[in-house]
Amino acid sequence: MIKYLPHLIGFLFIAGLMVPLLYPILKAKLGLFLSLIPLTILIVLFSALAGLTPESLYLLPSSWGLLPEMNFGFRIDGLSLIFGLLISGIGFFIVLYAAWYMSKYERQGHFFTYLMLFMASMTGLVFSDNLLVLFIFWELTSVTSFLLIGFDHHLAKSRQAALQSLLITGLGGLCLLFAVIMIGQVAGTYEISLLIERGIHLGDHPKYRLIFVLLLLAVLTKSAQFPFHFWLPGAMQAPTPVSAYLHSETMVNAGVFLLMRIHPVVGGTMEWKYMLMLTGVITMFLGAFFSMGQRDLKRILAFTTISALGTMVLLIGIDTPQSMKAALVFFIVHGLYKGGLFMVAGIVDKSTGTRDIYLLSKLFKPLPFTSIAAVFALISMAGLPPMLGFIGKELVYDAQIQLPGMSWLLLPLGVGANIMMVAISITIFTEVFSPFGKSDPIKVKYREKDFPWYFLGGPIVLALAGLMLGLMPGMLDTLIANALYAAKNQLLDVNLSLWHGFNDVLLLSLFTVVSGIVVFIFRRSLNVHIGRLIDWFDKYHLPTLFAKGTKIYVDRAYKRTQIIQHGYHRFYLLTFFIVTGLLIVAQVNWDFLSVMPDGGYTPLRINLVLLLVVASLAVIFAVFSRSRLSAILAMGVVGYAVAILYLMYGAIDLAITQFLAETVIMVLFVMVILYLPKFAVLSTRNSRIRDWIISLSIGTLVTFVVLHARFINLYEPISVYFIKNSLTMAHGRNIVNVILVDFRALDTLGEITVLTLAAMGVYSLFRFKVKKNKSKKEL
Amino acid sequence: MELIFAIFIGLLYACGVFLLLRRSIVKVILGVFVLSNATNLIIFLAGGIKRSGSAFIPEGAETIDPAVISDPLPQALILTAIVIGLGIAAYILALKYRYFEETGTHDLDQLSKTDRK
Repeated sequence: MIKYLPHLIGFLFIAGLMVPLLYPILKAKLGLFLSLIPLTILIVLFSALAGLTPESLYLLPSSWGLLPEMNFGFRIDGLSLIFGLLISGIGFFIVLYAAWYMSKYERQGHFFTYLMLFMASMTGLVFSDNLLVLFIFWELTSVTSFLLIGFDHHLAKSRQAALQSLLITGLGGLCLLFAVIMIGQVAGTYEISLLIERGIHLGDHPKYRLIFVLLLLAVLTKSAQFPFHFWLPGAMQAPTPVSAYLHSETMVNAGVFLLMRIHPVVGGTMEWKYMLMLTGVITMFLGAFFSMGQRDLKRILAFTTISALGTMVLLIGIDTPQSMKAALVFFIVHGLYKGGLFMVAGIVDKSTGTRDIYLLSKLFKPLPFTSIAAVFALISMAGLPPMLGFIGKELVYDAQIQLPGMSWLLLPLGVGANIMMVAISITIFTEVFSPFGKSDPIKVKYREKDFPWYFLGGPIVLALAGLMLGLMPGMLDTLIANALYAAKNQLLDVNLSLWHGFNDVLLLSLFTVVSGIVVFIFRRSLNVHIGRLIDWFDKYHLPTLFAKGTKIYVDRAYKRTQIIQHGYHRFYLLTFFIVTGLLIVAQVNWDFLSVMPDGGYTPLRINLVLLLVVASLAVIFAVFSRSRLSAILAMGVVGYAVAILYLMYGAIDLAITQFLAETVIMVLFVMVILYLPKFAVLSTRNSRIRDWIISLSIGTLVTFVVLHARFINLYEPISVYFIKNSLTMAHGRNIVNVILVDFRALDTLGEITVLTLAAMGVYSLFRFKVKKNKSKKEL
Repeated sequence: MELIFAIFIGLLYACGVFLLLRRSIVKVILGVFVLSNATNLIIFLAGGIKRSGSAFIPEGAETIDPAVISDPLPQALILTAIVIGLGIAAYILALKYRYFEETGTHDLDQLSKTDRK
């Protein structure tokens, strides 16, 4: 069944694009309908779990690709399954959730299009077996994320947040592209399975550092690591289903996924360990710290997400089997509780109209099931038994303790971050949900029974899943062992259990909980200090700095563009003529003798020379004339002279056409000229002299080019064919006409089209005026 | 004769380019017409001016010797060009008329503001 996975991903793409057609038919049922696709994917992925052993790997090669090195092959192993299960599982609930959440929005169809496209790209990302394909899906997630963050595009804040996230993740995407290409060049293949099979490791390659830094930038930007973390709180401008899905557990985890996926090829070096540990630990601590000072429920969750992402990066950086295992478990834990909490935040927002935790209170009564789900999720976030979060946190501590040399730094910061997590969890519970306390219950617009089942289902099921996995963690053993085999390329025994016996880790956990409660009790005075710190940070506020930076860049670019795109018509032309002239100068053969034709020039014809002299005088007169009418008449003289030239050389049709066209143009000109002002001397003397120099040089160059062109015969003229076949094939004696209407009839069709367009243009130009005059009169 | 032709075309080009570089839109349009005539002449000259018979097959004959008639292919090309030139002329004049009506100026430098914020 798993072999249909690529089709299902394609189906997600198609479903997303079909939304505009489906929406008018299904209306509010659209979300329910679309949720069937992630559900199908979830079932298919579950079916793959059945045959899973710690070493099994299922490849779905494909001969189809955009480029020879770019096959859309898919790879199903523990790592992609863990991510895939969460993406499709939570995706299923998110789509259901969004079906009601978005029902009041106008552009619901657009939303589901973006969401489906995102889901397809994200699923493609984790399952693809080719680095280039992975890159494409990676970029697609950035773009869809941009569209979703800026979904409320009438708000300047949304647009700004969307742009900010796109610029940052886009920068990372570019880095990833370079890194992927370099890996491909060095290793000779882009297939992940081949890279692992051949045991390629780039650690000793001279370009390793460059590749690693590029990969690191991609990961740090995508997974909102310090110092790029600030786009994630901004991304909370998106509708809540998006925050719950993209910006807590799928897209932002793509960086974590990439690290694990690419680990066998570039991982385990000193650079890897120190850089990842450093950024991870800073991000983990800062995220938790900043979440303390926030009021908005979604912003709190965003900062805890940053902290969680930091934890995962840190664990991957520690790079021991225990830490990798911890990172995988922590990813599952985080996905389950954070998705649920975000959905709860959305429910609370819909029900009360606010997300400010200090305004909210006593929501247990109106929202009992939601509150229970939230409590389970909060317990998981705090890392307490019996939730899976407890196991996750124990593993994290275990990994941090067992790290020789660095644990003196990592452990205090890790424990500190967890203490804050405990404190935040308790704070959210007491402020928002707890039925006890003195504060007055907040007024609610909707009670739980006003919501449909599919709006509430997500958090409850996710909380139950966290509880079930916490009680029976053994279910994950094989999956995680297989993922570890994929990420670390070594076979490990995984035995998850809730109870580890009395040991250092348990003591640390106890200490964390006690300290968390202490921090919670003193939270008010602590928050004052944190608030001050945040204010101090705001001076060097990264989003503002970033916005300033982009603004300066855009302004500079605008000024630079102004130099080239100055808007003066004649200077554009001047540039064009000078450049073309110089190009011709470089090409023209200045040897005057070579301009002579082999058979010499044709003899002068005095009457024609006189004609040309008259025409020359006329054109010079036209240029200098101050009167519009005489200038036009002089132009007419030139036109007629050219017509006579045609006539003298036997081109009768040309002469007739030229006479007619010239006459019509003159008549039109004279008609229009009545409505136009007189000539005025607008240019200065100097600019006229400059223009004369340029135009005379152009004229001279053209003379040379014409003389050259006249005597170049690269190919036998094809006119002979037309002359020979004019009568026999096309039954016409006037060869020029036969060429026009028979041999080259399509050209003439094009000509007619041009004329029709011009006529339509003229017509609309005049018609438009009539309308406007009318409206003026009415006014 | 070719030399005289080439110099004439060069003169037309010089005048056309000079007119194109003016600020007054009427002169720019005149420049376009001059250039289109000059370009037609280049094509005509490329066909050769040694032979000057009309490109007709006389009554009763099946074909005619290519050496006695002027090249029909450039003629066909120019004919198309003239007609299109006419279309452009009509359109450009209508456009200019409307442009003057809207803006009240015939100074192209005034148009530069459309490119600025």
